[in-house]
Amino acid sequence: MTAVAERVVASAAETFARRHRFRWYEALPWLVAVAGYFAFPDYLALGSQILATILFALSVDLVLGYGGIITLGQAAFFGAGAYTAGLLAAHGMGAPVIGLLIAAVAAALVGLISGVVVLRTHGLTQLMMTLMVAVMLHEAANKANTVTGGADGLQGMEVGPVFGLFHFDLYGNTAYFYCLAALFICWFVMRRIVHSPFGRSLTGIRENEARMHAIGSPVFRRRLVAYTISAAMAGVSGALVAQTTQFVATDALGFERSGNVLIMLLLGGIGRLYGAFIGVPLYMIAQDRFAAIDPVYWYFWIGLLLVLMVTFARGGVLGIVDRVGAVLRRRR
Amino acid sequence: MTEAAASAALETRGLCKSFGALAVANSIDFRLARGARHALIGPNGAGKTSFVNLVTGALQPNDGRILLDGADITPLSQAQRVKRGIVRTFQITTLFRGLTVLENVTLAVSERLGSGGDIHRPAGSRRHIIDEAYALLERLGLHDDALRPVKELAYGRQRLVEIAVALGLSPKVLLLDEPAAGVPSSESGTIVDTIERLPTDIALLIIEHDMDLVFRLARWITVLVAGQILVEGAPQAIAADARVRQVYLGERAHA
Amino acid sequence: MSEILSAAVSIGFFGLAFAMVLYLISVGLSVTMGLMGFVNLAHGVFAMFGGYAVTTLMNSYGMPFWASLICAVVIVAMLSVAFERVLYRRLYGGDELDQVLLTIGLVFMSVAVAKYFWGPLAQLFQPPSELRGQVDLGFREFPAYRSFLIICGAVLVTGLWLALDRTRFGAKIRAAVDNLRMAQAVGINTSGLFTVTFALGSGLAALGGGLGAELLPIYPGYATDYLVYFLIVVSVGGLGSIRGPFLAALLLGIADTAFKYLLPEIGSFFIYALTLVLLMWRPRGLIGPS
Ligand SMILES: Nc1ncnc2c1ncn2[C@@H]1O[C@H](COP(=O)(O)OP(=O)(O)O)[C@@H](O)[C@H]1O
Ligand SMILES: [Mg+2]
Repeated sequence: MTAVAERVVASAAETFARRHRFRWYEALPWLVAVAGYFAFPDYLALGSQILATILFALSVDLVLGYGGIITLGQAAFFGAGAYTAGLLAAHGMGAPVIGLLIAAVAAALVGLISGVVVLRTHGLTQLMMTLMVAVMLHEAANKANTVTGGADGLQGMEVGPVFGLFHFDLYGNTAYFYCLAALFICWFVMRRIVHSPFGRSLTGIRENEARMHAIGSPVFRRRLVAYTISAAMAGVSGALVAQTTQFVATDALGFERSGNVLIMLLLGGIGRLYGAFIGVPLYMIAQDRFAAIDPVYWYFWIGLLLVLMVTFARGGVLGIVDRVGAVLRRRR
Repeated sequence: MTEAAASAALETRGLCKSFGALAVANSIDFRLARGARHALIGPNGAGKTSFVNLVTGALQPNDGRILLDGADITPLSQAQRVKRGIVRTFQITTLFRGLTVLENVTLAVSERLGSGGDIHRPAGSRRHIIDEAYALLERLGLHDDALRPVKELAYGRQRLVEIAVALGLSPKVLLLDEPAAGVPSSESGTIVDTIERLPTDIALLIIEHDMDLVFRLARWITVLVAGQILVEGAPQAIAADARVRQVYLGERAHA
Repeated sequence: MSEILSAAVSIGFFGLAFAMVLYLISVGLSVTMGLMGFVNLAHGVFAMFGGYAVTTLMNSYGMPFWASLICAVVIVAMLSVAFERVLYRRLYGGDELDQVLLTIGLVFMSVAVAKYFWGPLAQLFQPPSELRGQVDLGFREFPAYRSFLIICGAVLVTGLWLALDRTRFGAKIRAAVDNLRMAQAVGINTSGLFTVTFALGSGLAALGGGLGAELLPIYPGYATDYLVYFLIVVSVGGLGSIRGPFLAALLLGIADTAFKYLLPEIGSFFIYALTLVLLMWRPRGLIGPS
């Protein structure tokens, strides 16, 4: 190989490597999370919910932001995980980590089975199918209220200590770190996935499906794998919420949940791995402050925000940061 | 008969496809010999691109069979057909416009080697894939643009990248859908040169509008009109064929 | 035997009335989605405001039923033009996700706006006196208002189909749904066509919302809670089709009524499951664009 070629290939490899190398700002969410623990000891319950919801939004980012699959039914997987963990805990199997793993498998199964159907279609039909899967599960949970407790919630969950050591305490210390640890692991896995050849091929499918078919990529299978992984992550998120609040009701499967998570992700920025870390806390903290005052106005402002963002700030907060950064760089 | 069939790289039998009332393939019996330099011509809307879509599996036929090396591949998916060596380029450039030229080719090579779906390692960690992609670019004279995003390239260069991506898949049968479409004639020379220099073990089907280009490249021509094969033959015979003239002159008159 | 027959007649009758309302509301959605390729989850908002306009004009301003209906259609159609011009238009041919998010935003806002102006409860809807009570069809009595819905729906549907088949405007719409670029190439003003179609579709939805206020009560959650119904009609019927959604509305209206009557416990579940199966069987809907 000539020297020039050597240099170009090395430079290309370097570009690839740069993508998955850790950068300083990737430590920020975790530092903030730990700092938040010390700064706001009275808000640990909200903190745990935020951490679990970030995971839920990450799961949406994988299918939507990377896979390009618009889903109105991600709550199906969240709810599947939540009910799995809840039912286990209500029937004497309260070991949380095992519950989490089983919930992940159960949600993944729902994802795999529904994915086989959903991912064969496109556009509105696909959107409808994701919605139908969720409303079907919602309806089933409602009607099976002898098992699920329906809208009033599952009774009698008893969640044991984490690893038999750390009891879930009244202040939410254990819950907070339990959620943080689960989020960290899932984030780490997802980060590897999106920077792997598999992740690149997902982006390829989103950008140009015809081209991916033409280079012999098994498009359906790739999407199915992503859909299943995403479902598992959503399931873990649901299980975290169920275990830390010791409560599951049918709203775990509701349309609002699927819709809200889309909004949170849009707010942070879709398809960039960190959108969830920004959009979810922003949304949930604002909701905690303002929604209590009047939930009706809350939805008005959220709706307005959505309309304005789609019209003017498509990339979310991270998109705005990018743009400001680009302007500053040009100035320099 | 059987010997003749065995020597075809690609064959279609009774291939039919309609969109509603419009038949874009009307019982097409077609043979592409090994190492062929074969052109498929015909007026706009004749069904040439649809034929490529049928052969590569982007479209499912209503009827008929497609054989590769005598083996029926009709039920196979696009991906499976690519694995067996049927590769196409697009009439309208279909690339990852935001990615570099090298990345476009790398993605193809990596799919061919079966590592496009690896989930446990970072993308770009297999140097030999990048090496191979780069070598391909050198062969096509695209190496100077290797690290530029495709969208920054002139259209003619993008057409070459289409071919580079296809070659990254090690095709046995290569279907080039109007490789010089949309390229100013001053630049189409490079494309023709590139096609001329393709390895002779690739069976080549070129779909083209530009007659000069067809007569330069093809040793056998099939004329498709309204989803049906009108006539086949050597270039001189086709050039002299009254029906073909009529089709083309008729079209010119309309245009 | 006669009981079964009587139940079947009831289901058919109430199902048909429900189907008419569903169709009136959804047909505009099907055409606009087919025409502009725009995923509009906020279509129910127009039906809801149609319903609010009708009930408010009747209850608070004492306007007659018919006049209220006409006013509601006109107001909503005009409002919808503003929405189309300002918000929808810039997303035509764009990202589906943007369309989904924009229209979810509109739905959320509509919930809050409705609650602010009309409170959380469902609006009182009283059919005009001439449409109250029962009508006797010889072998049986039927509620007058539902009978009116069926007749009214049948007349409107026939009119709509004839208009689409026979008028120049209808021909333009059909051409544009079939092949937008071709329609533009032959000189159809598609931008104007979009606006007019959108206004018509929204007006019809307002009409459906107003007429159907007894079946689908008008309350703030209208646009979210019935969204699934409208989407089922459109996706099962087939985007861009006029007749497909009618078939789907019939199926949904009658199946929904039958399940509520016979198997209230698991009715909705079966409706959703049926939708999923129908979409698997025919991903483009029962009847594609004509
Ligand atoms: N997916 C499709 N749906 C409906 N009609 C199509 C589709 N693809 C192609 N056609 C029509 O089929 C005919 C043949 O198209 P094509 O194969 O692209 O012709 P060519 O490549 O010979 O110009 C054209 O009239 C085109 O409009
Ligand atoms: Mg073509």
